[in-house]
Amino acid sequence: MDPLKTIKSEAVSADMSFLEMLDVLNEELSEKGEDPVHFDHDCREGICGMCSLHINGKPHGPQQTTTCQLHMRSFKDGDTITIEPWRAKAFPVMKDLVVDRSAFDRIIQAGGYVSVNTGGVPDANEIPIPKKIADEAFDAATCIGCGACVAACKNASAMLFTSAKISQLALLPQGQVERKERAEKMIAQMDAEGFGACTNTGACSAECPKGISLTNIARMNREYFSAVVSSNNV
Amino acid sequence: MVANPLICTLRLMANNPLIRVVSILNFVFIAAHVVYSAILTKQNKSARPVGYAVANGASNSPWASRNMGLLGTILLLFILVHLRGFWYEVKFGEMPMVTYEESGTIKDVYTIVAASYENVGYALFYVVCMGFLAFHLSHGFSSAFQTLGLNHVKYSPVIKKVGYAITILIPTLFAAIPVVMYIQSLS
Repeated sequence: MDPLKTIKSEAVSADMSFLEMLDVLNEELSEKGEDPVHFDHDCREGICGMCSLHINGKPHGPQQTTTCQLHMRSFKDGDTITIEPWRAKAFPVMKDLVVDRSAFDRIIQAGGYVSVNTGGVPDANEIPIPKKIADEAFDAATCIGCGACVAACKNASAMLFTSAKISQLALLPQGQVERKERAEKMIAQMDAEGFGACTNTGACSAECPKGISLTNIARMNREYFSAVVSSNNV
Repeated sequence: MVANPLICTLRLMANNPLIRVVSILNFVFIAAHVVYSAILTKQNKSARPVGYAVANGASNSPWASRNMGLLGTILLLFILVHLRGFWYEVKFGEMPMVTYEESGTIKDVYTIVAASYENVGYALFYVVCMGFLAFHLSHGFSSAFQTLGLNHVKYSPVIKKVGYAITILIPTLFAAIPVVMYIQSLS
């Protein structure tokens, strides 16, 4: 493990977001001529899934949000905050707090899509989908792929992420064509990346900033069992 | 000796071929469970080669769910002690014999069980291990359904409640045996 380094900042205000605090800290470090702390961030609106810090033993810190939506008022004055990168074999650390999450991209590339033939633009609402099913698929689709599930899981399992992506398409009529192959290929890729297996602790769902439910994992297991016994892939 | 319905029932159970099938399958499934869990645990551990300096697992998951391997290992040791103490003695040990009117002369398992539970340490070991069993079941029962994909808005709450009932009932009733027999041995 890289040794933890304690850095003191005097410029933190309660109104700052966690990432603003790191920006200010990095300015302080740069002024002193020291190397800034590297961390991932992008939209800072809680929708891109780029920020990824393990703060005081929890992914995205003490609140069930993304790190960018966390504010310094969640901490006490004078606190020492431990910040670590996501720790998983499948998420190698690039530098400081930045990890390579391209394993998730490769799981999506393995089957997390719907093939669409070219042709005329289809009419809107051409395929009727019950509101309940649409809502369920949308709930699964809110996964932003931040990797907090992997970070929280004691087995570094990516099953909440993969199951959300499989569920989103398995629930909708558009996803039926590649349904069986998708489950088989995405799970094979997930295993090949070196993620662990699910032991149903529920930590992933409890820490997920989007509240992705464990029912998705049960659905993925069902999809997988039925694909293995009935798909045409030998 | 008067015909004792309990002894008749037990005799019927001992002679029932179904009991033998169930006990053999039980051994097979326990062995498979141990081997498969060990393989999976090794894989799962290797998925995080570098651990966290600070990890707050208690904030997002029950203790039992995170320590099934530890609980399972304790229970495996318990099963081995239990088998050595009773099963091995009955099968291969020198057993006292007892004669009943209903069933003739049979091995007197009751006497060696009663003798074992006179020892307060032995009785306590059983009670404590049933506590570990309760923790193991508290996660294991509903977790098995989730793993098999058997999750449904109608049935999952029922499965959860049945799981709690099993968690409390089975270990409590098994723990009651050494407790009652130890108390009996005092008088």
